[in-house]
Amino acid sequence: MTIHQTSLRRPSLRRRGFMVSGAAVAGGFSLGFSTFGVAHAAEAKELNAWVVVMPDDKVVIRIARSEMGQGTLTGLAQLVAEELECDWSKVTWEYPTPGENLRRNRVWKNFSTGGSRGIRESNQYVREGGAMAREMLIAAAAAEWKVPAAECSAANSVITHKGSGKKLTYGAVAAAAAQLEPPKEVKLKDVKDWKIAGKPVKKLDTLDKVTGKQIYGIDFTMPGMLVATVRACPVIGGKLKSFDAAKVEKMPGVKKVVAIDGNAVVVVANTYWNARTALAALPTEWDIGDLGKVSSESIAALLTEGLTAPEAFVGNKVGDAKAAIDGAAKKVEAIYSFPYQHHVTMEPMNATALVTADKCEVWCGTQNGEAALAAASEASGLPVAKCDVIKLMLGGGFGRRGRSDYVRQAVLVAKEMQGTPIKLMWSREEDMTHCQYHPITMCKLTGGLDAQGNLVGLQVRISGQSILASLLPGNLVNGMDPATFQGLMAGGAEAAYGYNVPNLLIDHAMRNPHITPGFWRGVNVNQNAVYMECFMDELAEAAGQDPLAFRMKLLKPKWAAVLKAAADKAGYGKPLPEGHFHGISQVMGYGSYVAGVAEVSVSPEGHLKIHKITAATNPGHVVNPAQIERQVAGSFVYGLSAVLYGEITVKDGAVEQTNFDSHNVMRIDEMPRVETVLVPTNDFWGGVGEPTIAVAAPAVLNAIAKATGKRVRNLPLMHHELKKGA
Amino acid sequence: MAVLNVNGKALNHSADPRTPLLWVLREQLNLTGTKYGCGIAQCGSCTVHIDGVATRSCQVPVNSVGNRKITTIEALAANGTLTKIQQAWVELDVPQCGYCQSGMIMAATALLAAKPKPTDADIDAAITNICRCGTYQQVREAIHAAAKA
Repeated sequence: MTIHQTSLRRPSLRRRGFMVSGAAVAGGFSLGFSTFGVAHAAEAKELNAWVVVMPDDKVVIRIARSEMGQGTLTGLAQLVAEELECDWSKVTWEYPTPGENLRRNRVWKNFSTGGSRGIRESNQYVREGGAMAREMLIAAAAAEWKVPAAECSAANSVITHKGSGKKLTYGAVAAAAAQLEPPKEVKLKDVKDWKIAGKPVKKLDTLDKVTGKQIYGIDFTMPGMLVATVRACPVIGGKLKSFDAAKVEKMPGVKKVVAIDGNAVVVVANTYWNARTALAALPTEWDIGDLGKVSSESIAALLTEGLTAPEAFVGNKVGDAKAAIDGAAKKVEAIYSFPYQHHVTMEPMNATALVTADKCEVWCGTQNGEAALAAASEASGLPVAKCDVIKLMLGGGFGRRGRSDYVRQAVLVAKEMQGTPIKLMWSREEDMTHCQYHPITMCKLTGGLDAQGNLVGLQVRISGQSILASLLPGNLVNGMDPATFQGLMAGGAEAAYGYNVPNLLIDHAMRNPHITPGFWRGVNVNQNAVYMECFMDELAEAAGQDPLAFRMKLLKPKWAAVLKAAADKAGYGKPLPEGHFHGISQVMGYGSYVAGVAEVSVSPEGHLKIHKITAATNPGHVVNPAQIERQVAGSFVYGLSAVLYGEITVKDGAVEQTNFDSHNVMRIDEMPRVETVLVPTNDFWGGVGEPTIAVAAPAVLNAIAKATGKRVRNLPLMHHELKKGA
Repeated sequence: MAVLNVNGKALNHSADPRTPLLWVLREQLNLTGTKYGCGIAQCGSCTVHIDGVATRSCQVPVNSVGNRKITTIEALAANGTLTKIQQAWVELDVPQCGYCQSGMIMAATALLAAKPKPTDADIDAAITNICRCGTYQQVREAIHAAAKA
């Protein structure tokens, strides 16, 4: 294979257009305001916001969501191409900028890329964009042939007139089509007629990632650029008291030492290494106040109090759980906890900014281009119309790059050095200690079983941190954070509880430590699935029943179907190799139904081996089965890494972990074989990037309990001795 | 000015002698395919070959390299043809975000040079690079596929 052959899908108009993706900025240059607006390549014909056709039949599909490895750009392009009826081998892609989106009345709608929403929330309008473009191309060909459009059809980027057999390619009629009014309505194809969507096509962005050519935010460069690196107060919420710039100003390459936001110091130098070296030598003093008294122990005490506090927000209530449990033949109770987690994207946070008197431009990886644009405007003090963000490839997102704190910092520094592009890079240590962490919670579960082992009542008290209270207080509902109940909600299409329990109370005592919480791949489905699915096994054991059979009696149909699919595929209930045990779990999240079966063994010495995970997913529609398999397998690495090692602890108000030596993550030798089972019902659109993570932990913990008789209720596993008798 | 033997060329740089090789490659020689992930030789994103040995360049002071041959990800397909490992990576659509993949490919390349038919245990021992997207299953498959190619 030659690179030339595999490079056919490289966009060609990006340098001349107002849109860019990684390849266009590899040379490192400012796009400037002259490139906004209508500065397309003359030969590029925009049929609508989503579709541009070139004379050589190349199709450029615009992608508003951010690609971060989850495959959204390929999946969205498949949906557009499906309706467009174009030749998939001619498809390439580009990002519009958030600034251009605003100027065009948000024609690309939402840029936010989180909550597994790329495809499930934009499938309708991107498919309509493809279909409208197709109709315009057909109409243009029909006009040229002077025949009714109804006699013409399109396939594989070629329009054919049925009567005469005449043919025209998309490129030949694109200019004429672009002049036509778009159709008011289009009919979308039936899923059973899909030829590109629904198929395991390869990702559009792979080649540059195997040759080192892919440009991430951290790789971006431009003439005259300086590099900055930052140290914020080690205690989140603390302030900068003083710093002694004179001590480092004469060090090699140093250009400037500045304080920003009253809580951080920044060294600007000619290179990152020089900036970092000087920052390490910069004397700083911090004002941390009473935050210095906070520790993991004090946070645990705060949350423990919440487990029995009289006041709590009610998230899901059926009947009278307390009375049912009080009157039950058998009562089961357990307390679980789930620690802070860090995203640990492989690429630490960074952004490049250029601020002048009347404009602000930012180049960065972001999961939310529009939020990054707002941050650039706020930090620069310039109106949003004078700002823009050029999105670059993300070296991992997982929710972390939905926040724009690093964009703000870059712009603040660039504002101090107007006219000089500033690339602000965080060290791994800065990244590890200044995240928006997966929130910390504890959970007390109490269940009542009748004499026949039926679950008659269940109380679930969650105590702990709310993400919305910290990041999006406007989204609280009468003070309650509805997202806390992900996977346990009373209903809805997003994250509903799957069990029919006659008497149920799930509530949340909100307790918010100062450590900033954030959205972490899978968000609150993660710990809620651990709490509920591990406790279901505890209830089944108390009832003397098999965990699968116990669940099947309680589960609603769609939840039950996906669990059965996983169990069947894994051979649940059939003999396993000696010493191997199965654990199961299920949950609904991000609109999808998922279940997992873990096969583990624990050696007499206490060594855990996760042999295999069988995962079933009903995401409604399957847009790319190969990419879903990769998301499912990948999400288990994320979820299992948290099970095995993931934990952020607090001492003297600061995060203790600083790098991979103090925060281990899963590597290839611990990776189980993952088998993915897709059971789409084609009656809804669910997400796939996140939901399956949540079944990893409870399935493994349930299997460990079977293997060892030990019920692990606090993560990570590295703190637990799994040896029998220990 | 000092000289480094990188990808078959003698390249000049002006970095402080104690600067890690990683940052000389990235910031002086514009070879940004080699990535920064941790700076403490844990994650493997910065893996390059020094005289054919997979090495974490973030912990190699540039003045310790001498005239040894440095190979980066950019040189693997220098003649325009993907190596069989890169080809396997493309065929199996391995990368997700892709940030760790340069290091993964450099580590896999060194593994196959040393052990043309690696076992799963060989892969476990040699590929200690961190991937957070979770491409491990595809990485393993791609190494086996390249070994058979």
